[in-house]
Amino acid sequence: MNTPAPQPNLQTGNFLFNTEAFSAWGLLRLRQHLEEGLPLTPRPYLELAQRTGLTEQQVLGAVEHWQQQGLIKRNGLIVKHRTLGYTANAMVVWDVPDENVSQLGKTLAAVPFVTLCYQRPRRLPDWPYNLFCMIHGVNRERVLGQLEQMIETHDLGDIRHAVLFSNKAYLQRGGRYVSNR
Amino acid sequence: MRLDTVDKQLIDHYQRNLPVCERPYLEMARSLGISEDEVISRLSSLQEQQVLSRVGPVFEHSRAGASLLAAVAADPTEMDAVAARINEAPGVNHNYAREHPFNLWFVMTAPDEHTLNERLDELEQRLKLPILRLPMVEGYHIDLGFDIDWDALS
Repeated sequence: MNTPAPQPNLQTGNFLFNTEAFSAWGLLRLRQHLEEGLPLTPRPYLELAQRTGLTEQQVLGAVEHWQQQGLIKRNGLIVKHRTLGYTANAMVVWDVPDENVSQLGKTLAAVPFVTLCYQRPRRLPDWPYNLFCMIHGVNRERVLGQLEQMIETHDLGDIRHAVLFSNKAYLQRGGRYVSNR
Repeated sequence: MRLDTVDKQLIDHYQRNLPVCERPYLEMARSLGISEDEVISRLSSLQEQQVLSRVGPVFEHSRAGASLLAAVAADPTEMDAVAARINEAPGVNHNYAREHPFNLWFVMTAPDEHTLNERLDELEQRLKLPILRLPMVEGYHIDLGFDIDWDALS
C-alpha cells in the first residue's frame, strides 16, 4: 500500500491527552482493532489493550467516550442479513425536487421497513436520482409489496423512481477507515 | 439458516448496547441465564456460520473518515472480473451487483477525502470505466441494526 500512514485523529483522541499521557498511536491502533471486531475471549478489552500498548481501563474509557461522542454509533452484534435469509435487498432511488428532498427523506426514514435512507447528488445525465432508500426483505414479492404500500401511503405516485435489486454480494464487510487492510 | 431460541435472543438483545466493561460476555450471560463460556462459544459459532460479521462497534461514517457510494456500468459478461478488480482496490468494503445499467455498486472508504479521490481515480484508470461518485449529502436513517423478523424468515 503506497498511501501514507494515517495520522491519529486528534479530534477524537484529544480528551485523553488532557488528562493522561495516552499514546496517540495506541488510540489509532485501538480503532483499527475495533473496526475488525472484539476478540471473543473473556476479557476482550484487556486483549485489545495488550495489542495496542494501552491499559484495559484506557481502552474501556476510550470506547465509552467514543460512544458518548457519537463516533461509535452502535456497539453490538453485526448481523449478515443475507445469511439469515434477507435475500431481497432493494435500493429504491427517487428523483425528488430539491426543495422537497429533505422533508421526504425524513418521512421515508421513519417507515419501519426502510433500513437506510439518505440524500446523494444527481449526476446528470447518467444519474437523475437524489434520494435513496434501502429495503432489506425476505423475498422480492414482499419487498415490492412494501414499496407499493409506501408509494400509496406517502403519495409518491408522481415521483420518478427506480428499484435496484441486488442479485449478488461480491464483498460485504465493515468500513475500515483507519486501516488499510 | 436455523437458529435456536438462545441464538435469536442474543441477536435480539445485543445488536446494540453491548456492555462496555471488563467482562462483557459475562454480563450478557447473566441477563440471558446462560454461562459466559456459552455466550462466547455461541458468538464464535455464529461468526463461523457467517450469521455475524463481527461483534463490536460501528463507527459513524461522517466522523470516521471519508466514504462514498460508487457505481460502474460493467459489460454484463465481464461482471465477475470487474467486481474482482474493484474488490482489490484499497478501502472497498461493500460491493454488490444490482439490476440496472449501473450494475456494480460499491462503497469506498479512506482516512480523508483526498486519499479517497486518489483511490477512485486510480481505480477508474484500472477499470477503464467511468465511476459514478455519490457522496452522502444528508443521512436520514443509517442503521442496519433493525429488529430481525424471525416469523417472516421461518
